Amino acid sequence: MAEYQNVFTQFQVRGPAEMGLAGGGAEHERSRGASFSNLLGWIGNAQLGPIHLGWFGVISLATGILSLNIIGFNMLAQVGWSIPEFFRQGFWLALEPPGPENGLRIPPLRDGGWWFLSSVFILVSVISWWLRSYTRAVALGMGTHVAWAFAAAIWLMLVLNLFRPILMGTWSEAVPYGIFPHLDWTTAFSLRYGNLYYNPFHCLSIVFLYGSVLLFAMHGATILAVTRLGGDRELEQIVDRGTASERAALFWRWTMGFNATMEGIHRWAWWFAVLTPITGGIGILLTGTVVDNWYLWAVEHDFAPAYDGAYGYEAYTTGGE
Amino acid sequence: MFGPSGKFRWFDEWNRKRPFDLVRTALPAGILGGAVFVAAAIVILGNPLEKETVQTGPRGTGMVKIDTPGQLMALEAVNVLPPSDEPWPVEEGAMLAGEAYENVQVLGHLSVDNFNRLMAGITEWVSPEQGCAYCHAEDGFASDDVYTKVVARRMIQMTWALNQDWEVHTAPAGVTCYTCHRGNNVPPYVWTSLPPVNETVGPTAAFQNRAAPLTNYTSLPANAIEAYLLDGELVAVNDQAPRVDNAGLPGMKETERTYALMMHFTQSLGVNCTFCHNTRAINDPTQLTPQWTTATLGISMVQDLNQTWVEPLAELLPDHRLGPLGDAPKVYCLTCHQGAAKPLLGQSMVGDWPELISAEPVYD
Repeated sequence: MAEYQNVFTQFQVRGPAEMGLAGGGAEHERSRGASFSNLLGWIGNAQLGPIHLGWFGVISLATGILSLNIIGFNMLAQVGWSIPEFFRQGFWLALEPPGPENGLRIPPLRDGGWWFLSSVFILVSVISWWLRSYTRAVALGMGTHVAWAFAAAIWLMLVLNLFRPILMGTWSEAVPYGIFPHLDWTTAFSLRYGNLYYNPFHCLSIVFLYGSVLLFAMHGATILAVTRLGGDRELEQIVDRGTASERAALFWRWTMGFNATMEGIHRWAWWFAVLTPITGGIGILLTGTVVDNWYLWAVEHDFAPAYDGAYGYEAYTTGGE
Repeated sequence: MFGPSGKFRWFDEWNRKRPFDLVRTALPAGILGGAVFVAAAIVILGNPLEKETVQTGPRGTGMVKIDTPGQLMALEAVNVLPPSDEPWPVEEGAMLAGEAYENVQVLGHLSVDNFNRLMAGITEWVSPEQGCAYCHAEDGFASDDVYTKVVARRMIQMTWALNQDWEVHTAPAGVTCYTCHRGNNVPPYVWTSLPPVNETVGPTAAFQNRAAPLTNYTSLPANAIEAYLLDGELVAVNDQAPRVDNAGLPGMKETERTYALMMHFTQSLGVNCTFCHNTRAINDPTQLTPQWTTATLGISMVQDLNQTWVEPLAELLPDHRLGPLGDAPKVYCLTCHQGAAKPLLGQSMVGDWPELISAEPVYD
């Protein structure tokens, strides 16, 4: 029986490197060499390269590295250029957006100006990478689904740190760049605007997020379950659906009466994944701009339940502690 | 192990036919046995982290009061009242402290017996090691040369204010010197103004994004204590309508700072959000618990204490008692509460010390 590739693959078959399609006029931008890595082979294809960097790749990497360095060196400066302190406080440190007194002006460097610069560079970086994912797909004659899925994530990022701050009239509404600081910001955001739990777009985003997880688990499990029958071999599946596909489909029809198709399951997955940041971004864009207190908004629209039961006040007033 | 020609060849033979597989036998058996042992220990000895919850709100709102018996035991061990006895009965015409001693400015109206009893009490609570000499000069007990004596006088007045003007927060247990001092010259939990914690940043980020006990190890701004418990900024960030005009309203920065203050509350009282709030609508007046009112009065009380009594002490205190910015050590929730929802777990000792309740003690 044929060996199949997954985390537990024992053999890595090595042939000449696959250098990809000719044509498209951009071969000169593709690196010549390709190498093999045993480590990579454990988690995917063992072949590394050739890579197509191109202008968009160069711009994206350069601005991305610049942006991350602005964040990192600002953090380092905040701890007095102490490397040990930088690592000790690393999860707490952040590059904060400007204070509210700056409005939408470009603030002084030390009071959010570096944050502003870092944001500009990371935006250029992300957009360049998007263009790259678009042009590479076109060059290969593929659809541009990957680029548009990535655009959904970019939408959320733009809402958080560009569109919403502009609508609110101050950069201070934007998210800080730091590990714990951005998490604390998120909780504070819900507290400030009357509980995001009552924001219907937040609800939708969670539905799609959890839905994505469920679909990913179902699809991943189904394909892994039929790899022993060649179900992971996409090429063969295209030419002849074969027993692996049939069994996978039958499994779900037996289990829940309905099965997605080999193509349709990827549509389900793509839409669920893409709608997570799209709906979430809408929810955030509306917060503080259109709706200022989601709980009261939910009361107004009759979907925040009223609890008439009494509060157990005596539990607080009795007892020594 | 016994060799091919040994006496126990039959055993080697037997062993070879039954290879021992560590991974499939001993390891699962060990894990299973260990789990059974831990489970049995928890059942028999009790779970040290067990929590007791009392439902305090309508079903589905998550409103519970959480007690951790293990935590409570630890609190009971440290929140022990010092020995105390009843005041001396005051007889008609007894000599007053103001007559017997010189320069008794605020306690002159006490009988000599009760005055000396109070002095002994304060010594036990505040300077058990240094004794009388901590406040009184060698050249005479009447002298005001030692700064601690002047501070003590103000603190006695402050305690009156706490038990009289701020009865809404301090009754019924009341406040004595011991509530905060617990046998220390300076109460163990006080705070001073912070210099910026971050270098090279402007005012917005100067006080946040550091691991600090003050903010319960969040990245929230550590100057929240000063903003709300000294400067008296408004602790309110939510809008009271679904849609409002945002101009001039608190934004994310104020929210993060308020959140830091709430961290201080939970840490100081050993409680969580639902002690005061229904977290579905954190500011809805109809869904707050009675504790919210007590806490709100507490905020005003601490502001008053810091502004009226504590901050002005800076001019009296020597440099080593001052904070890095030259301000006096100040009061916050932790100063009295010290991890308990009620300071000293609600045990009252003020009944024995009417001299600390008001300037006109009532003996009964």
